[in-house]
Amino acid sequence: MTRLEEAHQIEEERLIQRVRDGESEIFYELVRPHERRIYAAAFAILRNQADAEDAAQEAVFKAFKHIRQFRREAKFSTWLIQIVVNEARMRRRKDRAELMEAIDKHGEDDRYTPRDFADWREIPSDVLERREVREKLAQALASLGPIYREVFVLRDMEQLSIEETAKALEISSSAVKTRLLRARLMLRDLLAPGLGAPWSSRLSFSQGTKPW
Amino acid sequence: MVVSCEQVWQEVSNYLDAEVEPELRAAIDQHVRGCRCCAAVMDGVRNVMQLYADERMLELPLGFSRRLHRRLEGELGGTRRSFFGWMAAAAVSVLAAGAFEAARSSVFSRPGLRSQHARASGHVPPDMLVVVAENGKTFHVSGCRFIHDQRSLRTIPAREAIEEGYVPCVRCMKKYLESGARLGAVDPAPPDLARS
Repeated sequence: MTRLEEAHQIEEERLIQRVRDGESEIFYELVRPHERRIYAAAFAILRNQADAEDAAQEAVFKAFKHIRQFRREAKFSTWLIQIVVNEARMRRRKDRAELMEAIDKHGEDDRYTPRDFADWREIPSDVLERREVREKLAQALASLGPIYREVFVLRDMEQLSIEETAKALEISSSAVKTRLLRARLMLRDLLAPGLGAPWSSRLSFSQGTKPW
Repeated sequence: MVVSCEQVWQEVSNYLDAEVEPELRAAIDQHVRGCRCCAAVMDGVRNVMQLYADERMLELPLGFSRRLHRRLEGELGGTRRSFFGWMAAAAVSVLAAGAFEAARSSVFSRPGLRSQHARASGHVPPDMLVVVAENGKTFHVSGCRFIHDQRSLRTIPAREAIEEGYVPCVRCMKKYLESGARLGAVDPAPPDLARS
């Protein structure tokens, strides 16, 4: 651990202790650095902006209420994300969306074979300036099964480590790696330009126009 | 050590996460150099990771922070504040409002932040040289792989970047962001935070 990280941790522990001692108004200071991650975790599960925001808010409030249960073996951010994940999963279950997850789990251990071998070496640096490209990427991500999307969002979009992702989702590190591999390969198949043109046909790009 | 195409596909993710042993890594490198299909898979997965890691792929809804803070205040504040607590909060609010007005009228007021997911600039050293793109929203350390527009880069001190409304890259400036938010950020907090 670097000196800076050590300083963060000490300061975070100090803030947690102050909240436990009754200074509830400073709890937001603990949460603020992790806002993006908690929203992303909720959105990965619920796929709806309003639902994700509501779940994130509710989870943050629950985290406050249960701050005494926080154990220092875990990072505060991981603990917080774990609560968000549980809250979002509970809401998804209410919507019966977990039926999809049951389907995803079937064959999770099967090996995934890439389907498209189109050359896709370079991406123009400004491709994400185009809103329609961002939307198509979001569509591709939304088409993944929940168990793959959750792992991919936390690991590749929010840059959690394998271990942090595993703790947040309450699964093993090897399950994270397996799901991550599959998520990345599936997204590549969905997005790689080439024969069969999955990008242009499935994602409705105008004919002959590839984003890269 | 020799690896097959299937082995490369099963390890591509670990390879790109630098989670394979050196011997396996060398074997994959050698295989990919001579296999067009595996090179395509490797390049594609790398592109997927790079595209989705971009902060523009998931932006916080506008007003998210404010709404979260208000909800927390609503849930926590009403039941916990004593009369003296409310008086103190009211006094701080008056002072904060005065400070806000003063800041607004100041010639040194900052331009609006360029990104809706602006974070506290925290402990970014003010004299640290950072890179900004003319039409970008964020400032980066030189060489950050999340710089998207390489054509109009300027190198300026972090202080100037902040004054121009740029916000720190959440990837390459991560350590400063986290330290800043936890150690007492320097960026303006939402107005209702002033009470806390």
